[in-house]
Amino acid sequence: MAFFEILQTIIPQAIFFAAPLILTAVGGVFSERSGVVNIGLEGLMVMGAFVGIVFSLTFDSVLGGWTPWVAIIAAMFISSLFSIIHALASVTFRADQVVSGVAINFLALGLGLFLTEQWYGKGQTDIVERPFYSTDVFLLSDIPIIGPLFFSGLALTSYLAIILAFVGWFVLFKTPFGLRLRSVGEHPMAADTNGINVTKIRYIAVMISGAMGGLGGSVYALTIALNFSHATIVGQGFMSLAAVIFGKWHPLGALGAALFFGFAQSLSYVGSDVPLLADIPQVYLMIAPYVLTILALAGFIGRAEAPKAIGKPYIKGSR
Amino acid sequence: MFSNRLVNILIPIISVILGLLSGAFIMLIFGYNPIQGYAALWNGAFGDLYFLGETIRQVTPYILSGLAVAFAFRTGLFNIGVEGQVFMGWLASVWVGVSFEAPMIIHLPLAILAAALAGAAWGFVPGLLKAKLGVHEVIVTIMMNYIALYSANAIVRHVITDNADKTEQVAPTASLGSEWLEQLTYFSRLHYGFVVALFGALIMWFLLNKTVRGFELRSVGFNKDASHYAGMNVSRNIILSMVISGAFAGLAGAMEGIGTFGYYSVKSGFTNIGFDGIAVALLGGNAAIGVIFAAFLFGTLKIGALNMPTQAGVPTELVEIVIALIIFFVASSYMIRWLILRFKKEGK
Repeated sequence: MAFFEILQTIIPQAIFFAAPLILTAVGGVFSERSGVVNIGLEGLMVMGAFVGIVFSLTFDSVLGGWTPWVAIIAAMFISSLFSIIHALASVTFRADQVVSGVAINFLALGLGLFLTEQWYGKGQTDIVERPFYSTDVFLLSDIPIIGPLFFSGLALTSYLAIILAFVGWFVLFKTPFGLRLRSVGEHPMAADTNGINVTKIRYIAVMISGAMGGLGGSVYALTIALNFSHATIVGQGFMSLAAVIFGKWHPLGALGAALFFGFAQSLSYVGSDVPLLADIPQVYLMIAPYVLTILALAGFIGRAEAPKAIGKPYIKGSR
Repeated sequence: MFSNRLVNILIPIISVILGLLSGAFIMLIFGYNPIQGYAALWNGAFGDLYFLGETIRQVTPYILSGLAVAFAFRTGLFNIGVEGQVFMGWLASVWVGVSFEAPMIIHLPLAILAAALAGAAWGFVPGLLKAKLGVHEVIVTIMMNYIALYSANAIVRHVITDNADKTEQVAPTASLGSEWLEQLTYFSRLHYGFVVALFGALIMWFLLNKTVRGFELRSVGFNKDASHYAGMNVSRNIILSMVISGAFAGLAGAMEGIGTFGYYSVKSGFTNIGFDGIAVALLGGNAAIGVIFAAFLFGTLKIGALNMPTQAGVPTELVEIVIALIIFFVASSYMIRWLILRFKKEGK
């Protein structure tokens, strides 16, 4: 197979696999930048996947072609509401944020499976009839070289993910709101002294991560998994968390990290078609993304500096 | 009336009660009878000796995986990698169990030791990277989970067996299984592992609270800089903590490997023993004795829940919600503490 054809198989696949991770990780960046650790990304994705699938199955006959789009919006909305639990615990109740995040993970999966059992009478839902299909982008896919690589065979949600990562960067680094959010995560007392409502900003940040996690989960469910069961979201949220840290708490860094995970994952899928990779035992391709991440972190990425006030509840008047 | 110590014990108890009450509430909403539901759970966990045996069997790995998470927490480290360390311990114990024959007095300890070492090795990597290069242990342990999952599968397929999906049964000399215990409990899968688990808890308590090394480990957990200033070797303590944590996790794997199952089969996903260990450690307040109680509670809930669909029509997953809510209430202990103090003031 020619080199170009190999790229043509790998790159769209990489972006396809990366999209849910990008969305969730960008949300995670918001939460963590405001000083709230979010181990609960996994749970938020589970909630998003659950809502996305249930919504699609229920309203498919009414909404027709719009179903998946409305479903991911519904998933965003519900997951955002769901994430308030995490905000309530970690901001208002001053809970240990890691513990609260773990609770979110358990709760989302428990609720999702309980309701699935309740509504469908079995451990998993049916397959959705109208997922996101991969398409060629009108005109752009005809551009030589770039067209086949980046504009054909991709679901529109993949572009949405990349666009939202840039929107996230803009909001976080180019708007007053972003500045406030970051200041709350670095030095909440200074922010408070300047009249910024620390509690409010942190609630909003956690809800943004809820919305993005829900979006990520539903996009995963409606592009890759296509149904909801205990095995729909297994570790993608943790991978997104890794992307947040790998990307040094920066939306574009998270985008890069998620794309890297997607790339490594697609290698293990298409590996057997690629001459050089075909001779390598499959296990090496399977573990490659994870080993490469560790090596990258240990080697050239170096020490990542977390936001200063991360993990600490803000108590007015304390030093 | 309410000393701090008492409040610390009350919080998990109140959390459990609130969690169970919320579970009852959810059952009510969905039209189930909560009393029937919880009765089914109770019968499913303690109804007769068979269920009791199964419950203890389930509690055994939870104690060890809970200890693993708790031990790392005490040194200020979050070991999400217990899952992977469990795989490695499981695989190592089975590998020793199937590959040669030896008298039990050598074979069994060797299998257990192999599991501990394999888990420890899997904990050593994130510990080393954290201590020497400052790499976040959370990411490395998450990555190590996947590496463990896939490598263990590959080792089973291509090294231990010839393309089979399952190893052979371990030799009886390397098994924790006991006919006596099985007969006692109407042929449940109960095995001697619980002795190992309780002994592990004792070791953790002794190590952390009665030795200089334990003091250093806890000290690093409280304040790294102060410990460094006091002349402690922070890096070495971080690595040691992850290694010991990994060893506990490896033992949890051995409980499944040479206890419950007696083989390793190719896995498509995680066992959740490690992730549930996080919940166990948190509810148990990261203390050895607390972990035993918490593991017992979660093991009971998990095994008892299996009886809920047949006897009360309630989906098993209800228990997952209850466990999540218990953790949530433990996390929000500030609120409970505040309420207790409030109650104390009014009572005066």
